[in-house]
Amino acid sequence: MEELRKKAAELLQSGEVQMVIGYEEGTRHPRPCFISSADDAAKLIYDDRCTGNLAVYLTHKELIGGQKIAITASYFALRSILRLLTEHQIQLDKLVVLTVSAEKEVIQFATTDDITAYLQTAPVPAREDDKALIEKLNAMSPAERWEFWSAELSKCFKCYACRAACPMCYCTKCIVEENRPQWIQPWASTLANIEWHINRAMHMTGRCADCGACGAACPLGLPIHLLSHQIVQEVTDNFALDVNQAVSGDNALSTFKPEDKENFIR
Amino acid sequence: MEKRFITQASINRWLTKIVNDGKHLYAPVKKGDRVDFGRATSADDIVFDHIQTTQSAKSVAFPRTDVLFSYEKEKGKVQLENADLTAYPETVVFGLHPCDAAGFNPLGAIFNWDYKDEIYNARLQRTVVVTLACTKADEYCFCTSVNGGPGNTAGSDIQLTPVKDGFLAEILTEKGEALMKADEAAFEADRGDVKEEFLVKLPEKFDVKAVQEKLQTAFESPIWKAQSQRCIGCGACAYVCPTCACFDIQEDAHGTKGKRLRCWDSCGFALFTLHTSGHNPRQTQAQRWRQRLLHKFSYMPDRLSVRGCTGCGRCSRACPVDMNLSEHLSSI
Repeated sequence: MEELRKKAAELLQSGEVQMVIGYEEGTRHPRPCFISSADDAAKLIYDDRCTGNLAVYLTHKELIGGQKIAITASYFALRSILRLLTEHQIQLDKLVVLTVSAEKEVIQFATTDDITAYLQTAPVPAREDDKALIEKLNAMSPAERWEFWSAELSKCFKCYACRAACPMCYCTKCIVEENRPQWIQPWASTLANIEWHINRAMHMTGRCADCGACGAACPLGLPIHLLSHQIVQEVTDNFALDVNQAVSGDNALSTFKPEDKENFIR
Repeated sequence: MEKRFITQASINRWLTKIVNDGKHLYAPVKKGDRVDFGRATSADDIVFDHIQTTQSAKSVAFPRTDVLFSYEKEKGKVQLENADLTAYPETVVFGLHPCDAAGFNPLGAIFNWDYKDEIYNARLQRTVVVTLACTKADEYCFCTSVNGGPGNTAGSDIQLTPVKDGFLAEILTEKGEALMKADEAAFEADRGDVKEEFLVKLPEKFDVKAVQEKLQTAFESPIWKAQSQRCIGCGACAYVCPTCACFDIQEDAHGTKGKRLRCWDSCGFALFTLHTSGHNPRQTQAQRWRQRLLHKFSYMPDRLSVRGCTGCGRCSRACPVDMNLSEHLSSI
């Protein structure tokens, strides 16, 4: 922790960055904090409890402005950063990407390849809480699964915390806000909620870092992150996606290649 | 006001009678690993020892989606049909805490500010409120800082306070008395329990009058930007709030017929104030956060003589990024 604080203070003091995005102690759990002065670096913490995906702030224009910033990225935030770079939403020359390894060592990444190399060797943080439910879902028949999700999603009241917490939901206008035509019914009801969550899952396909921030953000505790979690597996299997790589901009669901095995589009 | 004593077993019997009478029983029930309001079919479903439900009880009078009217076009004529105010179920909200019952006052003030909202009023009129006074609290609770308290009876028709071997029952209104009479034998004579001895002690976290005073001149303060930096602009705080009343109007249209709907909305959303022209008077999250606090702690007290906060702490528990309201208010 001291090493991280020292690093942050140095970056701010030298003027290399104008802001450090990190975690501080919160009411019950660590929360995001934004440090602009070396004196405040002592607030920074980083440990296993720091699971919120801070990459979500990298596209907040009113927060970032034209500043160069440093971010203490968790394992999944590193994946999100690669994807945001792929989608040209952030620039690496405006960013100092830091993480703290399992050995408590502060790492500063110079290139996307360095990030990929780290992600390939560092242990993927386990989410024990999800394991039982994933197994239960996998054991269900499609009809049972439909029933499970209909019941869960019927509770959603559309506060859009899932969208707000997601680094990949950076659109200035969300499809649920489109009303000419109205693709998704914007009110809360079982059907309208299913429309929203299926749309979100489809929009996340091939882009999701599998960080679980959407599910963690849900005030009702709906396990919506498991929708995109399952899709990550599907896309990995069928589209040779590697969530640990920055790629050239091909999207799983919106890029056609002549050598694709499906022929329905020809 | 009348005081009685009732045992847990008698409460269960009384509630069974209420359900058998055809009333909707809406109470804290288990939802996964959480406790939230839901339809209870018997007393066995009800959780009595929760600190706070995820959502407030406001949806009994202000549901997340409500039909205002329906219409049908035929041969150039439009048939309008208002929502049937007599169709709302007779409802008993049971087991909510005093902060939730208190929320119906600011909510009602907004829904009756100039136009008297028939739908909200009709729904509330058919609702009886039975609160459970608080014997415990957590670090998010701050009712005592906003003129409430763990035994506050405002908005309650009946209040139950857990005492030794049962509950002290305060029958506070005619509605409450009528509900008691569903099974009056369940209620024994008052045993002289002193309510205050059983209530949780919750020290004040801030001086709300002083906060309100400071807000008068805080519109241009840099604190809004500083406090709102981590806010990600979702509506979780507003949707779990017992007093947030903002709504959006939507059209569920199917060819020549449809319904006009009222749905929850939040001043935290960027879209909330976006004009058709593209101009947005609240362009930044800082402005939207300022609006949230000023509305609750300055505009509502000034214009409606009620505060838009009952100290239930739900916004802070629900917030994905720990925008702790009492902490922010204390730091103004």
